[in-house]
Amino acid sequence: MSTGSGSLMVRRRDVLTAGGGLLALIVARPARATPESMAAAIKAFVGESEVQKGKVTLDIPPLVENGNSVPLTVRVDSPMTPQDYVRTIAIFNEENPQPNVVNFHLSPRAGRAVVSTRIRLGDSQNIVAIAQLSDGTFWSDTAELIVTLPACVES
Amino acid sequence: MIRLPDRIVLSFGVAGALGLVVSLALAQEPPPQERRSGFEFMSRESQALQQDDTSNPGMLWVAEGETLWNAKAGQSGRSCADCHGDAAVSMKGVAARYPVYFEEQKRPIDLQGRINMCRAVKQQATPFPYESRELLALAAFIGKQSRGMPITTGDDQRLQPFYAQGKELYERRMGQLNFSCANCHDDNWGRRLASSVIPQAHPTGYPLYRLEWQDMGSLQRRFRNCMVGVRAEPYPFGAPEYVNLELFLMTRARGMPLETPAIRP
Amino acid sequence: MARALINVPPKAKRGEIIEIKALISHPMETGYRTGPDGALVPRDIINRFLCTYNGEEIFSADLFPAVAANPFFSFTTVATESGRLAFRWVDDKGQAHLETAEIIVE
Repeated sequence: MSTGSGSLMVRRRDVLTAGGGLLALIVARPARATPESMAAAIKAFVGESEVQKGKVTLDIPPLVENGNSVPLTVRVDSPMTPQDYVRTIAIFNEENPQPNVVNFHLSPRAGRAVVSTRIRLGDSQNIVAIAQLSDGTFWSDTAELIVTLPACVES
Repeated sequence: MIRLPDRIVLSFGVAGALGLVVSLALAQEPPPQERRSGFEFMSRESQALQQDDTSNPGMLWVAEGETLWNAKAGQSGRSCADCHGDAAVSMKGVAARYPVYFEEQKRPIDLQGRINMCRAVKQQATPFPYESRELLALAAFIGKQSRGMPITTGDDQRLQPFYAQGKELYERRMGQLNFSCANCHDDNWGRRLASSVIPQAHPTGYPLYRLEWQDMGSLQRRFRNCMVGVRAEPYPFGAPEYVNLELFLMTRARGMPLETPAIRP
Repeated sequence: MARALINVPPKAKRGEIIEIKALISHPMETGYRTGPDGALVPRDIINRFLCTYNGEEIFSADLFPAVAANPFFSFTTVATESGRLAFRWVDDKGQAHLETAEIIVE
């Protein structure tokens, strides 16, 4: 699966509009993230630092009934004091069109490092949460998800 | 998986001293003890979302509906509140009994139709288009005032012929796939169609936020999805067929609590 | 459209960790969907969300199209003093929206 480029997407679109009936039944597949592009996005976030497993808990249902709205909670084991707190939590994915999902910026005023949101998932995939601590270290958790999408998609 | 029994028709005729006749026809639908709202077929996460007013996206429409309820409108310069006061009082139980018989048109009217009728006649304001944000918001706000209350639709004797039409539509095969509503929702509820579970088609939470739409939508929008799903030409929004069908389904769901604004996948 | 539903406890004890919830009305158009005419619907999302407590930033988020429609966030802060929580979000067009909530801290 290629990561796609602007011109490739235009070509896909031309094919879709020219194709008419049968092709219209095929869901348009935009360019996708891949494990490689997710790795690149993570590298852009952490630079040369090592990412250690631990401290982070990614809470997300393993079987997702509907990829349009998936509840996600990230917890980081941290005292959240001015000397030791979570600066940023970044969420990455492998199969959506882009590797980034959302970045949260916290402060010692948070009291706890717990954030919840709802995300979209285009396919079964791995989700990675990486926390950057005030001491410059990076910690992560990964979740493997199966996404089943609903039938009878509205036309 | 329990296969539902073949066509069962039960009719009760009661002629009391006042000549009152009550007729209740049940055909092939889930027996009362097996009735389940679409809520029960959803994931735990979707159920939790519906039950949390601070994160249920449908509540955004309820909030806007409340604003509209209090907004002066049209040439009358009147708001809903000017006539109906506090919706929590005046609208309590209202959505749970719709569609109702509308004397002026000699046929049933649904809640959306009633809202627009009030706008046109009482407020002298332009009716809201079907599926507009405003109409969904007002219907959601009014619906929420009945949340938790049992559905009571269909008591009025004059609704009988329209109930029957709705029932006929529910049982009629249609579209290129030649399915009736009953084929899926009476005969195969609980089974999977592709990857989603088929519910029993009780409209207990409309208007609702459908995750697939990522949007709020009416029961008519849902009907149209289904008709397109079986490759039938859907009726236009506002068609009397939809109101008849809603009347049938709400009557069939009598006693079940209203959940507006619901979440559905 | 009701732009947001913000949930902040009206009262808290000094030092208590409170939960703040924000539900924002926005379709979060990803830019990857095709419309009825077959053309791509252009991206239009909220890309930044920010919360300040008496003027100081306590939480912010960078949003990408993978955030679900009608974005929801829940986060915490320590109730330090009475005052105002301000919520600001910006969309791709550069339009900013603002909501506020008051809190009494005893």
